[in-house]
Amino acid sequence: MKNMNRRDFLKKIGIGTSLAGVALAGCDSRNNKVTGNRTTSDSGEGNMTYRINPKTGEKVSILGYGCMRWPMMPNPDGEGEIIDQEAVNELVDYAIEHGVNYFDTAPPYVRGLSEEATGIALSRHPRESYFLATKMSNQNFAHSGMAGKELYDASVAMYRNSLDKLKTDYLDYYLLHNVGGETGVPFLRQRFFDNGLLDFLMKEREEGRIRNLGFSYHGDVKVFDYLLSLHDEIHWDFVQIQLNYVDYRHASGANFNAEYLYGELEKRNIPAVIMEPLLGGRLASLTEHLNGKLKQREPEESIASWAFRFSGTFPGVLTVLSGMTYMEHLQDNLHTYSPLRPLTDDDFDMLEETAVEMTNYPSVPCTACEYCMPCPYGIDIPRIFAHYNKCINEGNFPVSRQNEDYRRARKAFLVGYDRSVPRLRQASHCIGCNQCAPHCPQTIDIPAQMQRIDNYVEKLKQNTL
Amino acid sequence: MLKKTRQILAVISILMVTLLFVDFTGTAHAWFGWIAKIQFLPAVLALNVMVIVALIVLTLLFGRVYCSVICPLGIMQDGFGWLGRKSKRNRYSYSRPKNILRYTMLGLMVIAIIAGIGFFVAFLAPYSAYGRIAQSLAAPLWAWINNLLARWAEAHESYTFYSVDVWLKGGITLAVAVITLVILGFLAWQNGRTYCNTICPVGTVLGFFSRFSLLRPVIDTSKCNGCGLCARNCKSACINSKMHEIDYSRCVTCFDCIGKCRQGAISYSFRRPAKKVVGEAKDVEVDGSRRSFLSVTAVTATLAASHAQKKTVDGGLAAITDKKIPTRKTRIVPPGAQSIKNLSSHCTACQLCVAACPNGVLRPSTDISGLMQPEASYERGYCRPECTRCSDVCPAGAILPITTAEKSSTQIGHAVWVKDNCVPLTDGVECGNCARHCPVGAITMVPSVADDENSPKIPVVDTERCIGCGACENLCPSRPFSAIYVEGHERHRNV
Repeated sequence: MKNMNRRDFLKKIGIGTSLAGVALAGCDSRNNKVTGNRTTSDSGEGNMTYRINPKTGEKVSILGYGCMRWPMMPNPDGEGEIIDQEAVNELVDYAIEHGVNYFDTAPPYVRGLSEEATGIALSRHPRESYFLATKMSNQNFAHSGMAGKELYDASVAMYRNSLDKLKTDYLDYYLLHNVGGETGVPFLRQRFFDNGLLDFLMKEREEGRIRNLGFSYHGDVKVFDYLLSLHDEIHWDFVQIQLNYVDYRHASGANFNAEYLYGELEKRNIPAVIMEPLLGGRLASLTEHLNGKLKQREPEESIASWAFRFSGTFPGVLTVLSGMTYMEHLQDNLHTYSPLRPLTDDDFDMLEETAVEMTNYPSVPCTACEYCMPCPYGIDIPRIFAHYNKCINEGNFPVSRQNEDYRRARKAFLVGYDRSVPRLRQASHCIGCNQCAPHCPQTIDIPAQMQRIDNYVEKLKQNTL
Repeated sequence: MLKKTRQILAVISILMVTLLFVDFTGTAHAWFGWIAKIQFLPAVLALNVMVIVALIVLTLLFGRVYCSVICPLGIMQDGFGWLGRKSKRNRYSYSRPKNILRYTMLGLMVIAIIAGIGFFVAFLAPYSAYGRIAQSLAAPLWAWINNLLARWAEAHESYTFYSVDVWLKGGITLAVAVITLVILGFLAWQNGRTYCNTICPVGTVLGFFSRFSLLRPVIDTSKCNGCGLCARNCKSACINSKMHEIDYSRCVTCFDCIGKCRQGAISYSFRRPAKKVVGEAKDVEVDGSRRSFLSVTAVTATLAASHAQKKTVDGGLAAITDKKIPTRKTRIVPPGAQSIKNLSSHCTACQLCVAACPNGVLRPSTDISGLMQPEASYERGYCRPECTRCSDVCPAGAILPITTAEKSSTQIGHAVWVKDNCVPLTDGVECGNCARHCPVGAITMVPSVADDENSPKIPVVDTERCIGCGACENLCPSRPFSAIYVEGHERHRNV
């Protein structure tokens, strides 16, 4: 399993035909010679690749809309930011019009504003034209010490609130959110088993208010194995995992290689929903060298398209979620998936090489999910990591004063740092209280990384690199 | 021709000085830093004999050109005067010298310098008055324009411009700058160089020498028809056209009169040949210069002698309250100042160091004993180990040049821990941010309960090693008051 070669990969793609995609209609004339532009998927809905849910037989678009990264705007009457509802409506309309029919949200997403915004946008469309997925996100309750009846009541209230916010009386896909964190199995049992919450959710499924029940998993693999071992009793309708060409064999932190996770699901014929296919955007642009390699192979396709094609190529994948903030993201993904061109074994090897090369860089595997936020001391964790990673990718990461490009790179790093993150929210202000780390689905040791980045910044500032 | 040259030099000169105050990158200083160092009063306070001698020699040769092309306050006044003359021509007239006032002001200045009454020196020093105007009024404007450019640069993925904080560094200093600007602007608009010839101590000293200058504007009585046009265009009010006399102690050698005279009766030439005995005149000159030199040396010698929430959703940012300034028993002065006494007796409060500080540390003091002189505080940043900007720019010897190595072993204050604010005790979290960032390793974290290894860890300061840079105070998570703050030292020590 660990050393799958290219023949195995092809074999994998070959099996699992029960989940195989429909509408792989070959339509290769993607460049429009008449207008001289690269046509997006404007040719219509017919082109989107769909996968079939083996339980219900419903056709789910291979591109699923992740509602964790909706566009924000300054609050017109007051402080802070709110979701730009008009932009959300436009994105949702465009997505539906081009064949996207799976929308995935959760109560804590976008500072707790996602469900409502998603509900407003989707309720403008017929309920049967899309599938709704949301989650039981009681991890923060449990983390703060709630248990038993109190936790059960708060959780059920959260579930009913989701129905309200999404303006619906049934959910197509419902997930136990982010299992595998904290203490692993004991924390999982505290959240769903000891208080009878899972029984409640299974009952809701029986009564049709939850059409498919599954879980989203990060971290401790024992939790994943434990939940699958209960498959015969619970009958998971789907499972959400993190799968991309880096995590496939080079998962970071406590995460487990997706190769194993996907294999286990495939064995049991459980459809996989894929999250973080793009690692929170990290796979949308790599280092100059790697970008060049990918571009050379498919000069007209985006770097991101490789990541989406990778995740979509697995036949047991029901849908690939992408948190598309901008219309351009959406259009590019529609282009990639209308229809999906599965990877060849050669492509697969090339992406594996890319992943190996990526592990040589000191990037932080943050996907900007913001589960760690808000930091009580005001640190902007995801943006510090994003800046650091961006500088590595863009070659603004001098490792020594002897680097020929040192002065320019130093300036770009430091000036860019102040631009990306206000000084008071930079790594130097991290006190290492460790309140963030347990929330991180990528199990990043956030305080240690903050100190590492801060030390680097100090060396740059003091010119002692 | 002479006037044009003077005007061009003056414009270049004031631009250079202004750039020193508005440029926050430190590049201007590398090029034009010398223009601050050749200012008369800072040079006197810095005991910069070379500069003092050179300026006096310059005056003995050419008159008070210093006042016309080097002193930024003088050039600024000429600017207002130029505007005034545009609205009304021929507006000036001769007036008698106010010697009693001039020498009284000079006397008071010398007393103030010797007695170390810093704020009095600061008020009167012409270059410093201009510095305050440039730092308080021009610098924010420059920074705002820069910030606009930075925003543009950011939009174009360029790192050429970066944005900087604009903040009120000192209310009193701003007020003084505005008042100075309004009063001097009005006076210059109406009457030209009134300030320079009544109040300005530098003007008085140089005026004393310029009486003996080798080159000077001279009225040729054979050509003069007594029209008085020269007098009505003399911003120094020093031409008595009826008597065909020019008071050279007040003439700032602007050459305006030469161009105005329709008879060509005024020329910039050697001392009047009408004097019967040339040798005698020379004697007077030498005598004068010697005397004045002695008096300056006396002043400098005297100077030398006297100074040997609960999380339920994901995302968002916690609000951050601004830090407040703690009450410090002793103010903190930057490394290189050596002692508060040294700083206050040399500093003319020109604000060049305040303008140069890239870390938001220096600001003009509101303390009466060191009014408008720089002091350090750490709400916005701390005195970073790689920076010696203030010591590089100081023209007055108030902050003496210091290297980063010397700085890292110069104790300008020491950190004091405030138990009630320390987050391991108040919030029950691990911290140690002060210890982690102390550049000299003067802070160690120890269990708060002596015999309990697991009790929350609190910082302990080794005040012998602490240099008072303020990294701990600035990076302390406790707000608005830090749990660790710096007390200044009267005298800096080497550790």
